[in-house]
Amino acid sequence: MKAKVFVTLKPGVLDPQGKAIEHALGGLGFEGVNEVRQGKVIELDLAAKDRAAAEAEVEAMCKKLLANTVIENYAIEIDG
Amino acid sequence: MKSAVILFPGTNREKDMLDAIERASGVRPDLIWHRETSLAGYDLIVVPGGFSYGDYLRCGAMAGNSPIMRAVKAEAERGVAVLGVCNGFQILTETGLLPGALLRNAGLKFICKYTHLKAERCAAPFTQTLTPGQVTEVAVAHNEGNYFADQATLDELEGEGRVVFRYCDADGAVSAETNLNGSQRNIAGVVNARGNVLGMMPHPEDATDAALGKTEGLPLFESLAHALAPA
Repeated sequence: MKAKVFVTLKPGVLDPQGKAIEHALGGLGFEGVNEVRQGKVIELDLAAKDRAAAEAEVEAMCKKLLANTVIENYAIEIDG
Repeated sequence: MKSAVILFPGTNREKDMLDAIERASGVRPDLIWHRETSLAGYDLIVVPGGFSYGDYLRCGAMAGNSPIMRAVKAEAERGVAVLGVCNGFQILTETGLLPGALLRNAGLKFICKYTHLKAERCAAPFTQTLTPGQVTEVAVAHNEGNYFADQATLDELEGEGRVVFRYCDADGAVSAETNLNGSQRNIAGVVNARGNVLGMMPHPEDATDAALGKTEGLPLFESLAHALAPA
């Protein structure tokens, strides 16, 4: 079973990289970009066969390591 | 004072830390590899700077979950003094020993320069040799030193007098201009509620040898040596 974890900075947490991308897009002529926030995607290939078990396991991984919940939110997508 | 300096793959500031502690206390600390699981018997544990585990995932995230950090956490909970500098501060926030997190510098650049620091909390074991408002000049060298915590946590830190250092100018004025990395409220160092765990981004260990130009970091180590000397 495959899972994807999307880790993003919480609203209100400064994202200097997102800001730099926003400025660069403006410089390239892409107007109308109100805001850019950068995050990361983590892809997991899991041995779990059961969807609910996989989801619970990934949730625990997020809390323990994959995201720092002081500054980041996470979303889990299970495939299959 | 019996002290330990923790070494992770990617740590690179341990030697100046060993020298600084030896200079202040007369006793060279033990260098402890990250795979060790016990830190019993130490008066001081230091997590030095560097790029532990290549800063993979987030600065300090891998180190924060390593076996040795479970031992550091256990000793900290017993009241043993723990100092984290730079990457060490990032690691201590990742383990939950200190509140908040260190984000990418607001200016997106690695900052390597001298900066002024204003001492606010001047108490044992870390800063009893400083006086409140005292300004020292030490080096910073980091890419993720932008201290972040939510407003409630920041208010709690301020209310409990747990902000130890703030970035300031030569006269001690704290302002947006002296906030070199975008830290909330110019915070450069904080302690835990019990006061035995200090994390700071600047490097006091780099300023402990007159031959290298500065000794303004020495009082912190002298404070530790004094506070933790055998009775």
